[in-house]
Amino acid sequence: MPTWLIASPSEGRLLGEGRLRGPTAWVIAIMSFSIVIIAAAGLALASTAGMLTHAISSRYSIELPAGSGDVSRLLGAVRTAPGVTEADAVPESEMRATLERWLGPAAQSPDLPVPALINFNVRDGADLGAIRQRVQAALPSASITAHRESVAPLLHSLHVLQWVAFGLVLLLSAAASAAVVLAARGALENHRFTIEVMHGIGATDAQVTNLFQRKIAIDALAGSLAGAVAAGLVLLMLSAGASFMGELTGGATLSGLDLLVLALLPVALTVLATWIARLAVLAALRKAL
Amino acid sequence: MLRDLDFRLSKGGFYFLTGPSGAGKTSLLKLLYLAQRPTRGRIRLFDTELTDAPRESLPPFRRRIGVVFQDFRLIRHMSAFDNVALPLRIAGATDEQVEAPVREMLAWVGLADRASARPPTLSGGEQQRVAIARAVINRPDLLVADEPTGNVDAEMAQRLLHLFTALNRLGTTVVVATHDVGLIKASAGAKLIRLENGTVMDPTGALRNPPRSPRLDA
Repeated sequence: MPTWLIASPSEGRLLGEGRLRGPTAWVIAIMSFSIVIIAAAGLALASTAGMLTHAISSRYSIELPAGSGDVSRLLGAVRTAPGVTEADAVPESEMRATLERWLGPAAQSPDLPVPALINFNVRDGADLGAIRQRVQAALPSASITAHRESVAPLLHSLHVLQWVAFGLVLLLSAAASAAVVLAARGALENHRFTIEVMHGIGATDAQVTNLFQRKIAIDALAGSLAGAVAAGLVLLMLSAGASFMGELTGGATLSGLDLLVLALLPVALTVLATWIARLAVLAALRKAL
Repeated sequence: MLRDLDFRLSKGGFYFLTGPSGAGKTSLLKLLYLAQRPTRGRIRLFDTELTDAPRESLPPFRRRIGVVFQDFRLIRHMSAFDNVALPLRIAGATDEQVEAPVREMLAWVGLADRASARPPTLSGGEQQRVAIARAVINRPDLLVADEPTGNVDAEMAQRLLHLFTALNRLGTTVVVATHDVGLIKASAGAKLIRLENGTVMDPTGALRNPPRSPRLDA
C-alpha cells in the first residue's frame, strides 16, 4: 500500500473534514454504478457476438427453388463431399411453420411453393469451391449461402453496440474525472489558508498534495466500491430472472475474465480519480510561490 | 512598495524593524520569509541567491525561518498543540517526537492548560503566543516577527522578548517589526532598521537605540 495513503492522526486533522461529507464520493458511486452496468452489457454483447460467430462460421445453407429437383440426391452428394462434417435437410413442415410467422395460415396451403433447404457444416480448411461444384453438378439451380453472410448485419450491430458501450464507459470515466477535478479545486479553495500556512512553514507541494490525494482517494474508493456493489446486485437480480443474461444476449453469460474486468473497474476508477486529483492539486499549487 | 533597498543582516544579529504604518515593513518581512519575490533586485539568504530560485527549492529554506504573523495565521480547526507542532511535523517528525517539545513550548508561553483549545476559543493574546511558539519550535536560523507583542500584556511581552533573546544567543538571527518602544528599549544590543516610504533610512542598522522619539510611527 502506498505510504501516502496512510495518514497519521495529526495529518488527518490538517484538513479537518471527515470523508464522504462532500458530493465527490456520491458522484463517483453513481458513475461507478453506471460504468459497471454498461460495461457488463458491452461484455455480454461481445460474448453473444462471439458465440454467434463461432456457431455460424462453418455453417452453410443450400436453397432449392420449390420443385426444382431431388433433395435426397443432393443431400447425399453434399454428405459425401470432402470436408462436410454434417448435412441435414430442413423438413418442409418446419419450413412452413417458419413461414407461418409472417404469412399466417396461408403458409400451410399446398398451393404455396416452399423451397427446400439443406444445412451443412464444414471442417476448418474445407474446399468450399469443390463442394460448390459438386452441388452445382448435382442440381444447377441450387444456391449456397454462408450463414455468416446472412447474420453479418446483426453481428455488425452487435459490434457497434460494444463500441458504444466502450465509448460510454470512457465518457463516464471522463465525467468522473471532471467531477474529481472540480472537487479537488473546491477542496483547495476551502483549505487555501491552511495550504498558505503550510507552504509558509516549509511544506513541499508533495506534502500538501498527499493530504488532498489521500482524501480524494478514500472518497473515490468508497464511492467506486459502493457503486460497483449496487451494480453487481442489479446484475445479479437480472441474471437470476434469466432476462438480461439469457434472453437479451441469446444465452450468453459473462465469463470469468469478464467478471474480473468488471471487478477491476472500480479499482481503475479509483486510480484514475486519484491520479487526476493529484495532477489538479499540483497544477493549482504551482500557481503560488 | 519597496524601493532602493540595500542592506544585509549579520548572522546571529538582533534587529528591530521600525517605521510608520505603510512604510513597507510587512512587505520587507514577506521578502525575508520568502512569501514574495521582488519585482527587481536580488535577495540572498543563508548564503544562497534566492531571487530566481525555483519554487521547488524554497521549502528547505522556509523551514529554517520562523515567522510570527501579525494576524497570527493559526489554523482554526486545529488545536493549539497541533498548530505549534506543525513545523516539526512538516520537517518529518513523528507524533511521538513532537509531544515533549510542543508541551514544553506551550508551557513556556503559559498555555500548557490550553493545548487542546482551538484558536477561535483563545483570546488574541493567547493566539499570539501560540503563533510565537509555532515560529520558534523548530529553533529557526532566522526568526521574523511582525508586531509580536501587539496583543499581549507587558509582562508577557517581556517574556517573549526573553525568548527571542535566548534564541538569538543560540545563533538565531532575529528581525522584529514593531512600534513598541518599550520592547526596543529593553533590548539594548539590538540594531534598528528604519523604513520610510519604502526604503531603509539607515541601512547600517546603527540608529540610536533606544530611539530618542517616544513614538516610532510618528
